[in-house]
Amino acid sequence: MTYVLTGNDKPIGGFGGFRAKVTSLDPRMRIVMTAVYAVVVVSLSSLWVLTAALGLSLWLLAFSGLPPRKTLKRMAMMDSFIIFMLLMLPFTIPGTPVFSLWGLEASWEGLRRAVEIALTANAVILAVMTLVGSMEPVTMGHALFALKTPERLVHLMMFTIRYIDVLREEYQRLRTSMKLRGFRPGTNWHTYRSYGFLVGMMLVRAIERSERILAAMKCRGFTGRILLLEDFRFSRSDLLFSLALSAALAALVWAEVSYAAS
Amino acid sequence: MHIVDGALSNPVVIGGAVAAVGGIAMGLRSLPLERIPAAGVLSASFFVASLIHVPIGPSSVHLILNGLAGLVLGWAAFPALFVGLLLQAVFFGFGGLTVLGVNAVNIALPAVLVGLMFRPLLARGSPLQGAIWGGIGGGLAIAATTLAVAVSLMLSGDEFILAAKLVFFSHIPVMVIEALLSGAAIFLARRVKPELFIDTKGSLA
Repeated sequence: MTYVLTGNDKPIGGFGGFRAKVTSLDPRMRIVMTAVYAVVVVSLSSLWVLTAALGLSLWLLAFSGLPPRKTLKRMAMMDSFIIFMLLMLPFTIPGTPVFSLWGLEASWEGLRRAVEIALTANAVILAVMTLVGSMEPVTMGHALFALKTPERLVHLMMFTIRYIDVLREEYQRLRTSMKLRGFRPGTNWHTYRSYGFLVGMMLVRAIERSERILAAMKCRGFTGRILLLEDFRFSRSDLLFSLALSAALAALVWAEVSYAAS
Repeated sequence: MHIVDGALSNPVVIGGAVAAVGGIAMGLRSLPLERIPAAGVLSASFFVASLIHVPIGPSSVHLILNGLAGLVLGWAAFPALFVGLLLQAVFFGFGGLTVLGVNAVNIALPAVLVGLMFRPLLARGSPLQGAIWGGIGGGLAIAATTLAVAVSLMLSGDEFILAAKLVFFSHIPVMVIEALLSGAAIFLARRVKPELFIDTKGSLA
């Protein structure tokens, strides 16, 4: 259903399709462990320990059954956004010079900080994508609800998830009809105005669509409450997985503390 | 525009998370269950809009349109944009998890402020006048967002001052494009569905 989010070109059959081990684990546990993981990794600062954390994330990726190349590509895309900020750091943090470029001194401390941020960001986002991003989006909504996220926020999220693909198709239909009328985007007023009209049309259609949705829901007895049916079970393999991951995190913290002491 | 994990200092991250919770709570208060379908579909359309790339010179930028979201959704733009950011982080790997609060505040707070300031002006006068106010709102929201990103970087350490300045100045073309696009979108909406911006108490759709 949601192939914009999950990246599957074809909807996969069955319940969540055919994905390996991580997908069989309790989604609630995966969300909680991901949050714990993120907080722990962000608090680390030793480069060696952070490298180990990134290794742990890569191991999770291998274990998750997500397509590794595609996932790593997405991670690399995030890196391309932050690369300029990282490249500037060596030159803006004062310290022992390593090398100089066009008369600017790059400091060792700055280089270290840039590497630290890159490792942290990649380790966390990879874990998020493998542990939570491997879920069906709808399952994530149900799991967040089971974790006491406000009901209305979850409903809002479910509607967003449900309609992203519908509206993406609508956008593509509008784009196709623009193309058929000879529209070619460029850097000019005509392009920006046309894109603005495109977005405006999408919003108008979205609102009209939402009126039909509400009418259809009311017709089926919608009383302002949506039932979220999904039964989560915390099984033995969930316990084992969360214990193993906690142990790994504890080891990282221990390494960080002993590294700082030495 | 997304900040990643590990770049910001703890006080900034925690402050952002607290502010985001407050903003989401405010937004949800303005959303009775009857309005959820409208807000959800609009939230999805802003998510799709953020996937659109618009050419600028030899390069292209992707749209954010948080100003437009604020103009259409009011306070509800806060949870709507938060949901978008959460989905982007989890399924696309954009941004991060601990910085989700900061990112949400940086993008959604300007949206809400622009909505509160300019929404009443949109329905007045001719569609062109509404479009001009919408355009100003759309540009201002991006300006405020880049400023907020710059401030969150600068609060985290002096080493980011250069990066913060660069973020701001490199986004000036984006501000212009977003202003033009928001204005055109409002113009079209005023022509096609004028009742959209006539407030029937409680804003939104």
